[in-house]
Parts: sequence; structure tokens; C-alpha cells
Amino acid sequence: MKRPLLLLLILIAIAFPLSLLAGRVWLDFAATPNAAVILAELRLPRSVLALVIGAGLGAAGAAMQGYLRNPLADPGLFGIAPMAALGAVASFWFGYSASAWLLPMFALIGAGAGMALLALIAGRTGGIALFTLAGLMIASLAGTLTSLAISMAPNAFAMSEIVTWLMGALTDRSWREVWIAAPLTIAGIGCLQMTGKGLDALTLGDAAARSLGMRPGILQAWLIVGVGLTVGSGVAVAGIVGFVGLIVPHLVRPFTDRLPSQLILPSALAGALLVLVADSVVRILPLVTELRLGIALSLIGAPFFLWLLLRMRRGYSGGLA
Amino acid sequence: MTDLAAKGLTIGKRLLGIDAQIERGKITAICGPNGAGKSSLLTALAGLIALDSGLVTIGGTNIAAMHPRTRAQRIGYLPQDGNLAWDVAVRSLVALGRMPHGDGIVAPVDRAMKALDLEHLAARPVSKLSGGERARALLARVLAGEPEWMLADEPLAALDIGHQLTLLRHLRRVAEDGKGVVLVVHDLPLAMNHADHVMVLDKGKLIASGTPDHALAERVIANVWGVTAKWIGEQRARALITK
Repeated sequence: MKRPLLLLLILIAIAFPLSLLAGRVWLDFAATPNAAVILAELRLPRSVLALVIGAGLGAAGAAMQGYLRNPLADPGLFGIAPMAALGAVASFWFGYSASAWLLPMFALIGAGAGMALLALIAGRTGGIALFTLAGLMIASLAGTLTSLAISMAPNAFAMSEIVTWLMGALTDRSWREVWIAAPLTIAGIGCLQMTGKGLDALTLGDAAARSLGMRPGILQAWLIVGVGLTVGSGVAVAGIVGFVGLIVPHLVRPFTDRLPSQLILPSALAGALLVLVADSVVRILPLVTELRLGIALSLIGAPFFLWLLLRMRRGYSGGLA
Repeated sequence: MTDLAAKGLTIGKRLLGIDAQIERGKITAICGPNGAGKSSLLTALAGLIALDSGLVTIGGTNIAAMHPRTRAQRIGYLPQDGNLAWDVAVRSLVALGRMPHGDGIVAPVDRAMKALDLEHLAARPVSKLSGGERARALLARVLAGEPEWMLADEPLAALDIGHQLTLLRHLRRVAEDGKGVVLVVHDLPLAMNHADHVMVLDKGKLIASGTPDHALAERVIANVWGVTAKWIGEQRARALITK
């Protein structure tokens, strides 16, 4: 695991300064007016936030794939991201989005509600099938309520705000969002790290994992909290940023010994790198309005997903199942 | 002697009041027709399934009252389904057996790899193994945990006769080391020739239990499997002729 971690850290160390300079205006400290302010108040928090969100999504994706023993699993499957989005949409609906703290707080409350629902429905048994179905049900319910909120938006401006926000972006984010997301994401990645050994045991299947002393309820609790904190805080500050949790573990897996515990930290770093690079690219694309990060990642992610499916059809499943 | 004992094990209609006493140092085979409750009994003995009533004890201690990790240190379980979610290397797979101990000690992993002749395959992904190598690797995973009891659900099912005998030799060595070995076995001649003790189940009930000659007597086979059959050959080298 050490080698991929080192390699990813080096790549981040190279990409991070470049991301600070990249944008509609390339920063040139000799020529750009207010370069220091742009760097300190716009570019730096945005790049740090990209690292934070990407790390959370990458780690959550690795843990989810390990838990569901499925290389096609994604953090969105748990319904926590849609619930966080629903919370944020509620803040737009009630007109609280102008307040700096209320939007992320609403989103975090939504994520918390999603985690609580998931734990309530599936938590006692520790069963994976019930857990997945509960997640899908919560995601579906949250999606429906979000659509309802959009269709019944009090005015066209609110509707436009909601739709734009849902696309996911890091545009105009400040240190405030960093301070909201960073501690929660770090705590979440810590929780996901706690799932490592249990996820390794699950490689052998549910019964064999339990025979090794894995406790399904405890594993599930760490997972719910870990995914809730990482994905919930990410959605709270940036909207829906999809596909990172799906793509990243696949990119990292060949460089590890494929055990889920070995994948969580490298996936966090690779997720951070992917979002950082993607956010830098959307800034420099010569478009009239900046391409939303969520759309850009979906444009990369959807073909990747299709490629993955085609590869699986030819016999590769990312694992053996 | 820390026997593995079952008292009145009942799980729905799958197991109906099973009593059993299984000794260490022996190979015990659980036999029976499809749906007899063999796998349910094995998972119950491993403490991996909720019981409606009854209990399983090791040396008099109820395994349901043990901490999962303690139970995992004492009972190794090899499921029938050997599918792995991820294509890990053989050594990583075998090392998972140390998880209940949480010690990261490599010596038992090395011993298990050596015992099952896997050292030269240590770095090979499991997907690149033959059926026999894979079965040995899965068994080595349980061995690495050095449990007192090794419970395996049809470990011989997918193997050709050569690999079956190789694996049985390894299991015999495990039993000779003083550990208990309990296997679900479909192949009656294998159970007759290689087990020290046989339990025959049918429709969730224990029909016969004892030496292979006693538990797999021709009349038991006729009653349980509905097959008229005759054992021929010497003891420990018997073949079953069906009519």
C-alpha cells in the first residue's frame, strides 16, 4: 500500500500548485492584479475543498465496494447523498439558502436523517441485502421528494437555483465550506478506516467473515457513519458530485493487493487528485459559462461505467464473484 | 478433552433436536441426502446461525456466550462457497486466517502455506489457481488461524480424486495434531474410508452416529437415501455398489 500512497501524494503535490494557478485567468503574480487575494480567497479554498470532497468520495466508494463485494457499488447507493441533497433543496425551497451556514446545515441534517433511517431499517440485522434495499429505497424517496420540491418551487429563481446547485460545483466556495467539510470528512475517513478488517473478512463471504469474528452490526455502524460524514459533508458544500466513488477504487485496485482495507486510503488520495484535476480542467475550458464539476465528472464517469460493464461481460469483474 | 457438543439443536424445520458429541483428534463426517440439514448443522456448530433452541458447547462452554473473536480463535470454518469477492494473492488470502488473533504474526501463515505446499504460489492471484490449488489455499486460510476445531462444508466436492486424497491427507494431519475436524461429505465411500466418526442426517434429524461401519451400514443407506447398496472391499478401502 505504501508505494501507491507515495505516488499519489507526489501527484497531488504536483497538481495542487498547478490548480492554484489554473483558471479563466492564469495567475501571474507579476501581472495579475490582486493575485494574492485571488489565490488566498478563491483558488486556495477551492482547491483544498476539491481535495477534501474527492478524498471523502474516494474512500466512501472503496468502502462501499468492499462492503457490497461489488465493483459497481457507489456511495450514492446508500441514499445518503440524495438525502443530503434533499436537505439542501429544502433550504432553497424555504428561502434559507442565502444564509451562509443554513444551506450546508440543512444538507447535513438531510445526510444525518438518511443515516438514521438506514440504521433504523437495516441496522439491527446487519444483513447486506436489507441494507442495500433500504439504501435504494431511501435514495428513491429522497429523489422523488427533490423532484417534488423542484416542481413546486415557490418561484422560477428558486427552481433555477435548486437545479443548478444539484449539478454540483466548487465555484465561488470559500474557507467557510472548507471548515465545514474538512473536519467531517477526516472523521468520516477515520470511521471508514475502522471498517478495513471487517471488509477484508467479507472478501470470503458473509458466513466465513463472521467465522473470523467480524461483527456485522458494528461493521455496518462504522460504514453508515463513515459514508454519512464523507458523502454528506461533500454534498453539503458542493452538491452532487457523482462517479468519483465508483471510478477511483478501480483505478487504484491494481496497484494494491486488492483487499478492501488496502484500498481505502489510496482511494481517498486518488479521489482527491481526480476532483482536483477535474475542477482545474472545468475552470480552464474555453466555455462561456464554467462547466459544472458534477456534469464534467459524469461525462467521464458514465463512459467509464459502460467500459466497466463491457469488461465484466468479457469475464473481468474486478474480483472473482 | 474439549469436545464439541450439541444439545437439542433446533432451527425451524432444518434441524430438529440434534444431540451430538464430537471428539478432537478425529475426522467426523456429516452425511445425508440433499436438504437433510448438513450445512445447517455445520454452521450451527460453528456458531454462525441463530438457534431456535438448544446449544453448542466447547469443553462445556456455550459458544453463543463467547465473544465472536474468541469463538473465531477456537473454531475455523470453511464454507462450501469458496468464491472470493476480490482477486487477492494466495498469501493475502491465507493471512486472513490470522484475523481473529489480530496479531499479524506471520509464522502460522508460513506454516499453513508450507503444510499445503503453497509457498511457490504465494504471490499468485487466486483466479490463476487450479481447482486443487484453490481448495488448498482456502483450507490454508483456516489452518493459519490455528483453531482447535476445523469445520468444512463439502471441501472435497469440486475436486478430482487425486486432489481429494491430497486434501484428506492434510486433514488427517490436522486431526493427528489433536484438532477436531468436522466435514460435510456427500461422497459416502470417502466418508466410509477416511472418517473416524460419521453422523447421518435426514430431514433435520440425526438418524445414525458412530463408526463409519455402523453409521453408514447398508440398511441406513437404504432407509435414508432410498438406495439398495452394498459395501465391498477391505476396511478403509471400501467401494459402494448400488443396485
